[in-house]
Amino acid sequence: MTYSIGEMIPTRDSYGRTLCDLGAKNDKVVVFEADIGKSTRSSWFGRKFPDRYFNVGIAEQNEMAAAAGAAMCGLIPFVNTYAVFAAMRACEQIRTFIAYPYLNVKICPSHGGITPANDGVTHQATEDIGMMRVIPGMTVIMPADAVAARELVFQAAQYPGPVYLRFTRDAVPVIYPDNTKFKIGKGIRLKAGKDVSIIALGDMVSKALVAQNLLYREKISADVIDMHTVKPLDTEILLDSAGRTGAVVTVEDHQINCGLGGAVCETLSERMNVPVKRIGLKDTFAESGEYEQLLEKYGMSAMDIVKACEDVIGRKNEQ
Amino acid sequence: MNNKIAGLEKWARLLRYDALNMIVHAKSGHPGGCLSAADMVACLYFSEMKIDPNNPVWPDRDRFILSKGHAAPVLYAALARKGYFPLDTLKTLRKSGSILQGHPEMGAPGVDMTSGCLGEGLSAACGMALAARFDGKDYRTYVMMGCGEMNEGQVWESAMTAAHFALDNILVILDYNRLQFDGHVETVLNPGSMKARWQAFGWSTLEINGHDMKAICAGLSEARGIKGRPTVIIADTVKGKGVSFMENDYLWHSLMNEARLQEYTDNFKKELMHGAPG
Repeated sequence: MTYSIGEMIPTRDSYGRTLCDLGAKNDKVVVFEADIGKSTRSSWFGRKFPDRYFNVGIAEQNEMAAAAGAAMCGLIPFVNTYAVFAAMRACEQIRTFIAYPYLNVKICPSHGGITPANDGVTHQATEDIGMMRVIPGMTVIMPADAVAARELVFQAAQYPGPVYLRFTRDAVPVIYPDNTKFKIGKGIRLKAGKDVSIIALGDMVSKALVAQNLLYREKISADVIDMHTVKPLDTEILLDSAGRTGAVVTVEDHQINCGLGGAVCETLSERMNVPVKRIGLKDTFAESGEYEQLLEKYGMSAMDIVKACEDVIGRKNEQ
Repeated sequence: MNNKIAGLEKWARLLRYDALNMIVHAKSGHPGGCLSAADMVACLYFSEMKIDPNNPVWPDRDRFILSKGHAAPVLYAALARKGYFPLDTLKTLRKSGSILQGHPEMGAPGVDMTSGCLGEGLSAACGMALAARFDGKDYRTYVMMGCGEMNEGQVWESAMTAAHFALDNILVILDYNRLQFDGHVETVLNPGSMKARWQAFGWSTLEINGHDMKAICAGLSEARGIKGRPTVIIADTVKGKGVSFMENDYLWHSLMNEARLQEYTDNFKKELMHGAPG
């Protein structure tokens, strides 16, 4: 499946298609689902490979530990549910049964961040990255668009060990040329700039690009990096960018604590004296509403990124 | 047959000694649940399971998950006596750098699944049993569970899964000693009829005396023949079985009196000198 720049596609759709391609290529790939296969798109795999599709019902903790058992026997399980249930309801199962034995399980939830917008807080996962990131050995990824989702899912299948990949419910624009190459743990510089670094994740990468454009009109040049892998964090590209711009803004569809912003601050505070501002949910739950409206209401719009950039540039100039 | 039973009884006695001795060395651990499980662990490892200590990762081996992971010492004892690792290793239980973690961890040869957080072993077993079926292999997955962990909701999620997928390649052995950490199961969270409960979840049930080696062997054998749905053996057991001052005392879930246990194992050792099973 190929995608064109500007198309609006939920990354879960790209995941569902890629899962089918993976199934055709590798007969060790099996899929666990917790009764929301039509929504996570795992049902597309189920239709093609019914003998490799295990719907264990609405029982995410059981699902996670069952996937661990299957991985222990040499299969490559892809586990599906919503991010809020994967990372939080089944957190201990992921930690103790998947991460501790370092089993080859790919946890691939849909409904990351506030992208399940009108479903409300119960279905919005805005703490999951923090919870997954703190677990030793866990790799944590959120692709920015359909192309990134396809490529990073292929990569994850080759990657030996536990991976958490989070997708969007709502549609996000395709920003990458279809032939873009990705590597887990390697951030991508989307725009080169010298005044401020915008380190963005997942669905917020497209917002960062809009902000970059707005800043450009103000003659501010922003370095925009898609940090699709929050863990292991690409410290090389981060330190290089922050070293050149001297000011950093992180942008994520998650709490500003413990997620990408947390990871970036942890790295920078030990290595470099640069002002940082984090865009995301500010220690608050969101609510039901339209995705774009929620982004505005909770200070996560492109304009908010612009203001944050101006703020850190100001602080840099005061230093 | 009688020789086989007598041999297994000797192994069980030795596993009891090893487990208690390990707990004495470690100065911590869970003796009560090791002793209630010892006879069944002995039968599994020295008779029932298709395993190869020289090839712990043999893909066709039977799997064992000690879902009541706090009974790790009795499992480690069986693995060491079986030859998975040297007997000396047992002394390193719970010590820094040891392969023998406080609760089972896959770094120890022969441990098929991490366990110890209760209520999760049967879920992992479902994954293994599904994998076996998918791969067209006939290995079986054995899960030993404790009565306390029946409190955990995930147990019943996994029980439904095993029944739904008709996983007759799973056998649960419930070490039903009726005592959990804080007291009797009926006091803590009354489960009602355990048999009716499992049957309601679509399982076939067998009830045995979990300290009668002949009954254990017969139960395991009968369970192997039950097709089309998973089976649970509800084993009537005694927490602390074999040590008079521990029997049926829930306070001996954990190591309660180090000196008293030390004295006991010293005496036990002298008795064992009369001959270990071969």
